Amino acid sequence: MLFQEAPAETTAYMIAGFSVIFGVMLVYLTSLLVRRRNLLSDLETLQEIEKESI
Amino acid sequence: MDPKPRLLVILDVITIIFLLVATYMVFFYAPMEAVMGHVQRIFYFHVAAGWVGMLSFLAAAIGGIAYLRTGNLKWDQVIVASVEIGIAFIFINIITGAIWARPIWNTWWTWDPRLTTATIMELIYLAYLMLRSGIEDPERRARFGAVYAIIGFLSVPLTFYSARLFRSIHPVVIGSNQPGAEGSFDMTSKMLQTFLFSLFTFTLIYFDLLWHRLRLGALENKVEQLKLKTMR
Repeated sequence: MLFQEAPAETTAYMIAGFSVIFGVMLVYLTSLLVRRRNLLSDLETLQEIEKESI
Repeated sequence: MDPKPRLLVILDVITIIFLLVATYMVFFYAPMEAVMGHVQRIFYFHVAAGWVGMLSFLAAAIGGIAYLRTGNLKWDQVIVASVEIGIAFIFINIITGAIWARPIWNTWWTWDPRLTTATIMELIYLAYLMLRSGIEDPERRARFGAVYAIIGFLSVPLTFYSARLFRSIHPVVIGSNQPGAEGSFDMTSKMLQTFLFSLFTFTLIYFDLLWHRLRLGALENKVEQLKLKTMR
């Protein structure tokens, strides 16, 4: 790269980088939502069991 | 489950707006770097992700000290939430660094001090989550987690200073004129503005995610307690 006249053509690497950044953030957000949904479903079931046992 | 607090809704909206603005600045406001080309744009979020990772691990260490002093299990939730967020962002930091390195250093990976210490730091905190999941007793799990978060934090300053203390080819952004810094980094004012804005935006993302993760932790506790109650 020492004697180059124009910037290096690195667009594909930039796209890959931002895909990782937004991809990982999206996966983490989705994991929070899925875990919350599962916990709410568990909570509902447990509350029903509790009511039945009373 | 408590309804989402109004302040959290506001924080969500502000964070999304800031992320959109930061993304706009990275792609359209900051000029293209003269040698590296477009791949340099990764730098703004790469460093910001590294900052959030280290901030998360600092918060986990503070949570560890607070738990050992008070014995309040809420601090255990702060530790696990922060570690989880920190792992995600250090993962982003490491992978985007490797993507940047391919065209610039002509290799995806090299065992440079900064890259090595960052990987060790990531593995230390991954081990925290794995070991934590193997302990049933909440009090014991919290005590172990608190001590681990404090000791594990030693890897954070080691990673931060590794590019300054050892011979490293990794660029040094803060204090690049130090004699130990091999790869200096000069920014134009627009680049600097974009960089600082990205750091602030990612800090907002951290606090927003932390709040959401703490709410999830509270729900986990509620379900765990109800499970114990119904099993009796």
